[in-house]
Amino acid sequence: MRYPFPVGKSDFIQGDEAIARAAILAGCRFYAGYPITPASEIFEAMALYMPLVDGVSVQMEDELASIAAIIGASWVGVKAMTATSGPGFSLMMENLGYAIMTETPIVVVNVQRGGPSTGQPTLPAQGDVMQAIWGTHGDHSLIVLTPATVQEAFDMTIRAFNLAEKYRTPVVLLSDAEVGHMRERVNIPNPEDIELVYRKLPANEEEAKYPFGDIHGDLIPPMPIFGKGYRTYVTGLTHDEKGRPKTVDAEIHQKLIERIVNKIEKNKKDIIDYETFELDDAEVAIISYGIVARSAIRAVKMLRSEGIKAGLLKLNVVWPFDFEMIEKIAEQVHAIYVPEMNLGQVYHLVKEGANGKARVELIPKIGGEVHTPQEIVKAVKRCEKCI
Amino acid sequence: MYLKLSYEIRDKYLRKDMLPTIFCPGCGIGSVLQYTLRAIDELGWSKDEVVWVSGIGCSSRVPGFVDFDGLHTTHGRALAFATGIKMARPDLKVIAFMGDGDTAAIGGNHFIHAIRRNLDVTVILINNFTYGMTGGQVAPTTLKGLRGTTAPYGQFENPFDIAELAVAAGANYVARWTVFNYLQGINSIKKALQKKGFSLVEFLSPCPISFGRRNRMKTAPELIKWYNKITVPISKAKKMSPEELEGKIIIGEFVDRDRPSLDEEYEEYKKRAKKIMGWEG
Repeated sequence: MRYPFPVGKSDFIQGDEAIARAAILAGCRFYAGYPITPASEIFEAMALYMPLVDGVSVQMEDELASIAAIIGASWVGVKAMTATSGPGFSLMMENLGYAIMTETPIVVVNVQRGGPSTGQPTLPAQGDVMQAIWGTHGDHSLIVLTPATVQEAFDMTIRAFNLAEKYRTPVVLLSDAEVGHMRERVNIPNPEDIELVYRKLPANEEEAKYPFGDIHGDLIPPMPIFGKGYRTYVTGLTHDEKGRPKTVDAEIHQKLIERIVNKIEKNKKDIIDYETFELDDAEVAIISYGIVARSAIRAVKMLRSEGIKAGLLKLNVVWPFDFEMIEKIAEQVHAIYVPEMNLGQVYHLVKEGANGKARVELIPKIGGEVHTPQEIVKAVKRCEKCI
Repeated sequence: MYLKLSYEIRDKYLRKDMLPTIFCPGCGIGSVLQYTLRAIDELGWSKDEVVWVSGIGCSSRVPGFVDFDGLHTTHGRALAFATGIKMARPDLKVIAFMGDGDTAAIGGNHFIHAIRRNLDVTVILINNFTYGMTGGQVAPTTLKGLRGTTAPYGQFENPFDIAELAVAAGANYVARWTVFNYLQGINSIKKALQKKGFSLVEFLSPCPISFGRRNRMKTAPELIKWYNKITVPISKAKKMSPEELEGKIIIGEFVDRDRPSLDEEYEEYKKRAKKIMGWEG
């Protein structure tokens, strides 16, 4: 197959562009979007590429419609994505919940900017982490990935599609204006070297009768996509294993929602991804994700050169969350620092994980600039002195 | 015209395990559903080539009752979901079964833009002038002076004429009937289903429980009689003055044209893209 960009070599591109190219290589053939800074470049790249690879790129009337359209496309068996930023992401909360409830594999990219409301359209932030995890109403779970580099934006986009397909769930790729607009060298592999996952389809007509039943015991029902003669009925109402609305039966509701939550929770080890730097003998840990993790690595080196045994845990997935791992780190170190570009979001998850076994300090920063390594070092040293 | 017995239609197209329906006595949705299924039956379409889409409300429960692929989505968004289905699989036929609040209020923007794009979908619209499922609140279609629980002293806002709105936005086929116009309704649905591009068949449909009861029309026959009083065939309406048409609702075929549909346009667009980029052959 022919690609509208170079493959099997490296290129110097923006994070947004990397997401678009990765999506094409992941097999995404349907994109619906609405213009918004700083995510428009993803849409523009998709608009350029999609017609050439016989895919669809369509500009919708708003973000409510964008996410709706990709869910529709996913139900006819096509891998689909949309991208937006804070204001559009807020509008998407409604149908993000629908995708969770109907177990529809989709990828939603949020290139974060300063909020709330229109906020700082051109500047990066990490203020949407809790919204990505908990923004839609009701009990639920999903997967949230956080790239820190343009290469990670590329790699995690492919992983986002694979996770969405494997677990029949929406996956949020939580980028930011910095990663989105930054240009870096990216290795684009040969398409045949990219491992791709496609959703489990029903093996036979009998299996297709249970679009929402745990018939394989792995909590993930095969997906009887439309147009194949399965005659599947899909609803956002609470439904039984056959997909029939059962809205007042407590047991059915509990069974459905617990399975949707557990298919993520029980597969945490497979989904969660992180990197560590100098953490093995650390006495002070920094836990970071996304663009800020890059300053945090430098901060660890600087702290080490000043005799403070610091180490870094860089989260590549912020949901599901490995609370147990945080507790183990908290047993090892006496303090955990969480620099993030908000007034405290992942900080609360870390604090819960630490379970009182180490002091957890937030290093917040808002306004549109990434923490400098010096700022992180200064904040750590100030707190270390106050013990 | 030979008409099959309704139980033949029922047995062929409804999911037996989903019956009975949720519809109240006197509700018109079941009738319109039957017209739609008869139209599909007369066209000889396979159940496997049609996808039903809906939003939220009484009429939106229909995809659950029919034995087809069906996506029962969020309030107002049916046509946005339909855009994804149709554009990703243009060979599938898409029917959106919608209500007036779903279409003209919360889904108003999706409605006009799906029409503007000329999305190849057939909308079967149940207009009962009210939010039936939530208990009879006024809708954007409620005529001035009529009562709903959220305008207990009579509607004070202007109503939308959804069919006219669809014509103005560029639909290829638009018709409006009452549920009483049995044969015209089936014929219009048949035309709409065969039409490429956006088609709309609107039905004035009785809701005695949530709407009629609050407006001194407690039964379906009373509502049907009222429809007969307030509706004017389009041919007759053309000869009437605006004053004479005050408070009347026009029924009939509003438009029947053949502008290219969104998926047809996109096929051409793909060819253009490949030509511009030198990707041909």
